[in-house]
Amino acid sequence: MRERTDRPTRPGRAGATDRHEPAGPDIAEPVLAIEDLTVTIGTRRGPARAVAGVDWSVRAGQTLALVGESGSGKSLTVLAATGLAPRTARVTGRVRLLGEELTALPEPRRRRLRGRHVGFVFQDPMTSLNPVLTVGRQVTEACEEHLGMTRRQARERAVELLDLVGIPSPRQRVDAYPHQFSGGMRQRVVIAMALSCEPDLLIADEPTTALDVTTQAQIVELIADLRRRLGTAVVWITHDLGVVAGVADTVAVMYGGRIVEQGPVDAVFDAPSHPYTRALLAARPGPGVRDGDLPAIQGSPPSPLDLPAGCAFWPRCPVRGDARCEHELPPLVPVAPGHRVRTFYPLSEDA
Amino acid sequence: MTADPAAPAADPGETVADPGEIVAELDNLRVWFPAPGGAAVRAVDGVSLGIRRGETLGLVGESGSGKSTTGLALLRLVDATCGSVRVGGRDVTWWSRRQLRGLRRRVAMVFQDPQASLDPRRTIGASVAEPLVVHRLVDSADARRRRVAELLEMVGLRADLADRHPHELSGGQRQRVGIARALAGEPDLIVLDEPIASLDLSVQAQIMNLLRGLQRDLGLTYLFIAHDLAAVEHMSDRVAVMYLGRIVETGTPEQLYGQPAHPYTAALLSAIPVADPKVERHRRRIILSGDIPSPVDPPSGCRFRTRCPQARPDCAEVDPVLVEVAAGQWAACRYAGEAVRAMRAGTVGEETVH
Repeated sequence: MRERTDRPTRPGRAGATDRHEPAGPDIAEPVLAIEDLTVTIGTRRGPARAVAGVDWSVRAGQTLALVGESGSGKSLTVLAATGLAPRTARVTGRVRLLGEELTALPEPRRRRLRGRHVGFVFQDPMTSLNPVLTVGRQVTEACEEHLGMTRRQARERAVELLDLVGIPSPRQRVDAYPHQFSGGMRQRVVIAMALSCEPDLLIADEPTTALDVTTQAQIVELIADLRRRLGTAVVWITHDLGVVAGVADTVAVMYGGRIVEQGPVDAVFDAPSHPYTRALLAARPGPGVRDGDLPAIQGSPPSPLDLPAGCAFWPRCPVRGDARCEHELPPLVPVAPGHRVRTFYPLSEDA
Repeated sequence: MTADPAAPAADPGETVADPGEIVAELDNLRVWFPAPGGAAVRAVDGVSLGIRRGETLGLVGESGSGKSTTGLALLRLVDATCGSVRVGGRDVTWWSRRQLRGLRRRVAMVFQDPQASLDPRRTIGASVAEPLVVHRLVDSADARRRRVAELLEMVGLRADLADRHPHELSGGQRQRVGIARALAGEPDLIVLDEPIASLDLSVQAQIMNLLRGLQRDLGLTYLFIAHDLAAVEHMSDRVAVMYLGRIVETGTPEQLYGQPAHPYTAALLSAIPVADPKVERHRRRIILSGDIPSPVDPPSGCRFRTRCPQARPDCAEVDPVLVEVAAGQWAACRYAGEAVRAMRAGTVGEETVH
């Protein structure tokens, strides 16, 4: 529950609209930019460096896909950037939301900015929904607070939002409870809730992982459409490379808490230069690999408690360069404009 | 395979020679669960299928399609409402608990979440040994240890992991333990219910390779239940697509993925994202509207008609049966083939996704 004292002094949506008419996307300030973000979590077995030295930014109307396996730090990066990391986490680095340095702000102000400008969609819609409140109340709870709406305005807005996300007969459904919706419809409600304050940034953390493929296709299409119409910046966290190919403008691949490869989606898929990215793409079954074994990556992703000194992928790496890989952390180096990779041995396109 | 004395049909010498031998068979199976108000959830509602020795039959469908319940019915972990379940040529539909112990040796299961299917307080060795003990397959503690070590090595684990507990293993290792346990009773059929769904991407390929390798070496028969259509294509010799308690199409992966005849198969396949941004940008996707209807009150006639982009008025009246549309490819649609062509043509010129 949010505290009522955090209601912004600014009335209505004033101030939120003028930002959408900048001098063009090239010179526009990124909606969210993080620099050298590091997250250390205290555990019973000592501090775990779950995220280290992560840099990226996302602009209005663009989608950044954060890709990685469990323990790669992809979700924690975003939670820490938006001030939602667990209490035991120590977060360092710089995070700028709409040009404002978040890490320097006191928590109440940060929370207000987050509530007003960032929408969240998580994997399991029921973690975001309260089972005892009608969906209409929940969809606009944040609007009432951040935009200073009355109950009547909020209800009208809820109907509008449910319609926007494709819920049939929204005027009737606005008074229904979450359990009366299917999984896909619940996720639509959560998206409506995330969009209620017209956020500049939408964080989608595995939003389709719990859904069937036909529903996933609907949700992917819905978010892509809303992004186009509303100019929202999207950070999409996923482990599904197919979803990445369909939604992303830029991609950051994470492994062992660090970015190992990042760049425009075409560059990363056409010319994956990190052995991990390439192996991950190759290990997917697809037409043409019916006979014979899949080129699997041996071993499992590392635990943040047990990271190698050098390259985190070294123990599983098919290239497995030399002693330097084992002991020295490779820097993130450019291989093409906007395309960077963290390895001493970047693979060339036809390798 | 050691023959069960109660099962005359299983002669290990002959079985390998006959590729057409049906290991397990469902005939018009219905599994209904009671729902509030005297209604019934028709989880499985008239499924017939046969699984041949040595093959992998892939079973795909969305949640609520009844694919997992179908798998459970093969082990008699759920009871049939009507229809029959035959394993090794014998009708096991109404077998007693005592008789079922023999069945559960012949049909083993691997579950989605190895964390949930292994007892956290028992060692890996004890979990793998359980079927050996229950079915009295070893006569001494020493033989048991040797067999456990052998099973662990078969699935690519070190034998000394037998002394560990599940929480000390990674997800992929735990799933290997689940597979070792399924192999312990030398089953005729292994039901794999979403065996890779909860694993990391880089580990999924390892487990698929392991399952295929074991099948090659041991001549295993699999029912591979999954919603990951690319994995099903890779693993299966034949595929059956389920929708709302029914099989709507079966055939080889080449047939179904190349020339689907049922509109649902076509829509399902077009919904799978492809890991290639150029393909994704230009592909035409058939996006189904709405959700799978409630299995308590399935639509009249064709169950898919409420979401079918090509539904015609008479689809509400006649319940379509599976008809052979090509050699070995069967589809339950009155307008099979024709409807798919129309759907694909209909998407031309429309705005593409992304």
